[in-house]
Amino acid sequence: MADVLDSYQQWLDGAWVTIKLTLLGGALALGLALIFGLAGTSRHSWVRVLNRVYVEFFRGNATLVLLFWFFYALPLLGLRFTTMFAAILALGLNVGAYGAEVVRGSINAVPKAQYEATVALNFTPYQRMRRVILPQGIALMLPPFGNLIIELMKGTAIVSLVGLVDLTRVSKNIQGSTGQTVAAFSMVLVLYFVIAQILLLFVRYAERRVDRMLGRRPSREPSLGTIAAGAPGAGVGG
Amino acid sequence: MNVEWDWSYSWDILPDLLDGLRYTVIATLAGYVIALVLGLVWTLLRRSPSRILNQTVRWITEFIRCTPLIPQLYFVFFVLPAWGLTIGSLTAGIITLGVHYSTYTAEVYRAGISDVPKGQWEAATALNLPRSRVWLDVVLPQAIRRVIPTLGNYLIAMFKDSPYLMAINVAELLFSANKVGAKTLQFLEPITMVGLLFIVVSVISSILVRRLERRYATN
Repeated sequence: MADVLDSYQQWLDGAWVTIKLTLLGGALALGLALIFGLAGTSRHSWVRVLNRVYVEFFRGNATLVLLFWFFYALPLLGLRFTTMFAAILALGLNVGAYGAEVVRGSINAVPKAQYEATVALNFTPYQRMRRVILPQGIALMLPPFGNLIIELMKGTAIVSLVGLVDLTRVSKNIQGSTGQTVAAFSMVLVLYFVIAQILLLFVRYAERRVDRMLGRRPSREPSLGTIAAGAPGAGVGG
Repeated sequence: MNVEWDWSYSWDILPDLLDGLRYTVIATLAGYVIALVLGLVWTLLRRSPSRILNQTVRWITEFIRCTPLIPQLYFVFFVLPAWGLTIGSLTAGIITLGVHYSTYTAEVYRAGISDVPKGQWEAATALNLPRSRVWLDVVLPQAIRRVIPTLGNYLIAMFKDSPYLMAINVAELLFSANKVGAKTLQFLEPITMVGLLFIVVSVISSILVRRLERRYATN
């Protein structure tokens, strides 16, 4: 155990790579989720088709297959990325597709009367989204987004298979150099768990803020709807 | 290295990929059985009146759910032998995948059970049914019916996570594709073929799940 703890500098470096991938991949995923999710609620059918193609393609594929594709196949076509960038792209595009379904489902779940009221009040489409629909949609999006950021953080472990030295890779290296199998692999799981709990603290904080903003009381009971929305293979109804 | 798609090469490597697909399917299905059964066990244990028991189960499942599959695979594959229990890589992969996803199915069952209307419980009490019959004949049949589509989604999710098993050298689909790619230095064809296969299977199965959703819709 002592050998494993002595390598704390390696653990910290690995944790930093994992956190960086989570945050950058998360930012890309969030952007894509909003763009393609809103596209899915459009009145124009060709915009909705755009949403379907993106979601089915990137949700239907395994993250690891996407990463290998960006890493091994695309360079042959002349597109070269650094490993880090390929990983962010694979994670962001994949989780963004789940996120887009969450956004689409949440916007569609805002009561129709809210939309009708904005029309009656002569809001512009931008005001309608910005002031009425989106704030209520976001309250619905946050819990599944919380699940997705944890999934994304867990997904970052794939980079250890293409040579980036993240937490998983560090545990393998330390296990190799010290022979402390139990300590090294227990340590890495604990570190991932700590990172996940910290991420969840931020998610809970955001949920409380949005609930307060809308004057709602947060509900703690799990319901099939929210679980389905955050599920790795799931789509949101509607 | 070529940029053109090489059709005869794609045809040649097909048997290798199908060989890998066999392991992918075995690992996914066997893992799914573990996930379905163990998930229900977690859910029932969490309802135990003993606070120590249900809190322990809660944190164990939370821990497994919040940590990635690849280090979990390393843990099962390398640590169990250190404790004197040697298992093959495919077995280790199946166990890890199954246990990992059992923490998800546990949440699904839990939500399914809490969705069963309270009147059903009250009716069972009014009829003085024994506890075993309340669960087996009243609650679980209704709860499981509600969660079948969601459980179907997790089968798809497990299929898509099965490539992680290559981390401990299970010769599944992506592992095989990577191997033929490394042998010939032509990665474009095998990786693209695997990607297409994943999309085709996922899209078809999500259509099937949507059918299930309609069939088991409760309201």
